[in-house]
Amino acid sequence: MAAKSRCIIIGASHAAAQLAPTLRQQGWTGSISMISNEYSLPYHRPPLSKDYLAGAKNAEQILIRPAAVYNKCGVGITMGVTAATIDRRNKQLQLEDGMTMDYDKLVLTTGARVRKIDIPGVDLDGVFYLRDLNDAQQIKLSTGANKRAVIIGGGYIGLETASALRKLGMQVTVLEAMPRILQRVTAPEVAAFYARIHKEEGVEIVADVQAISISGDKQVESVQCHNGTEYKADLVIIGVGVIPNTALAEQAGLTIDNGIVVDEYARTSDENILAAGDCTSHYNPIYQRHLRLESVQNALDQATVAASTICGNLKPYSALPWFWSDQYDLKLQIAGLSQGYTDVVVRGDIEGSRSFAAFYMREGKLLAVDAVNRPQDFMVGKRLILQGNQIDPGQLADDNLPLKTLLAS
Amino acid sequence: MPRVTYIQADGQAQEINLEAGSSLMQGAVDNMIDGIVAECGGSCSCATCHCYIDADWVDKIEPAGEMETDLLDCVSEPKDNSRLSCQIKVTDSLDGLVVHLPATQF
Ligand code: FES
Repeated sequence: MAAKSRCIIIGASHAAAQLAPTLRQQGWTGSISMISNEYSLPYHRPPLSKDYLAGAKNAEQILIRPAAVYNKCGVGITMGVTAATIDRRNKQLQLEDGMTMDYDKLVLTTGARVRKIDIPGVDLDGVFYLRDLNDAQQIKLSTGANKRAVIIGGGYIGLETASALRKLGMQVTVLEAMPRILQRVTAPEVAAFYARIHKEEGVEIVADVQAISISGDKQVESVQCHNGTEYKADLVIIGVGVIPNTALAEQAGLTIDNGIVVDEYARTSDENILAAGDCTSHYNPIYQRHLRLESVQNALDQATVAASTICGNLKPYSALPWFWSDQYDLKLQIAGLSQGYTDVVVRGDIEGSRSFAAFYMREGKLLAVDAVNRPQDFMVGKRLILQGNQIDPGQLADDNLPLKTLLAS
Repeated sequence: MPRVTYIQADGQAQEINLEAGSSLMQGAVDNMIDGIVAECGGSCSCATCHCYIDADWVDKIEPAGEMETDLLDCVSEPKDNSRLSCQIKVTDSLDGLVVHLPATQF
């Protein structure tokens, strides 16, 4: 590898924070530049809707690595600049400020952006989306005990935000357009569990209701719904999903299909351009289909694979996706993907307690686990999914039988 | 600044000065010490920051909480001195601490 090789990473994301030092560890001796349109070093995004919002952590405490690490690894970081176009033939990147940079390897870790909704009043003061540190900072300024918050969207982000705002003493209402919260991601049993907990914690959850307008003078005052109901609000947070940032890749003519398509070595359709994290769509050998994941695990693992590929050391990506969500005293850990499940087996008292595990099954095999305050069921569940054996649902449901005993040795 | 020694499974040791108040996990991540993955960034969810506390130090560290204990039960090669490094706050009284890293976090 020529000492003068240049690697440019676009997006100061979780994947980028993993990639840059890993490149060095794997022996990359060329230059490394990170280009970001944000104004912070890469930070942990999950705490934005949890500890950061609730005030338990500040901006510095959520940095993935301190500045010194990037210095030590010789990573040049340019903040507040947007990459405009890629000229693949000349291996050049144009920045929006007119600057041009040559590359030998380019890595897109551009992540995802929030899905916006188009209803009257979304531009009022006090109406926010939550994706980046800037959003979270703005939201924090609008919080306050006894103020009223309306959250549009009953997915994990909406529910975590509800939990954080409750901690701050706010009155919180969550509006969900689908018939139940967490509709796309969990079984009805699990959704019912979260609905109960939020109710116990004093959050009002209204499902099957569409927000059609937001009103106020300059500052938001209320949210109107399709059925004529209205909710007073000092603060509105919209959390209705994300869209992968693929514009740059599209402009460059790379293959896109619900994300930037990459192979198992994190390579796009151009061998000198790689991609990692939320912006990618990749083939997962465990589930045997293309996936676009919104997760830290995927960002870290794929970035590590990308670093190896760049250093000429091909290691295929094959990992079991996992996620987590913290709300109140509940620690939810999710292993695997439940899409396509036919049966759900519940272990523990899901209706009365604050701890259970839900196993998503298909044809007698385990696809995914949602474990609340049950780290062991999560950890063993991971292994059971990977083993791919037939599992007796009766044994899974038997809370007196340690889950470990179901593992094939 | 408390000084901590991380020893890899192959015996290779690295001595690092850590900021008091940060965690053993963060100290490893900040100094790019192999062997600590820390997928969840310290929220006690992933158990990929598993380490072994040197026998001389086990008693000087606050015991693991319930969540941590449960997670530790499922790491590969758990031992009596197993801990999740993200749950251990570095303080001045831990100056000289020695931690051993497992061969794998998975
Ligand atoms: S970093 Fe995830 S449990 Fe310690």
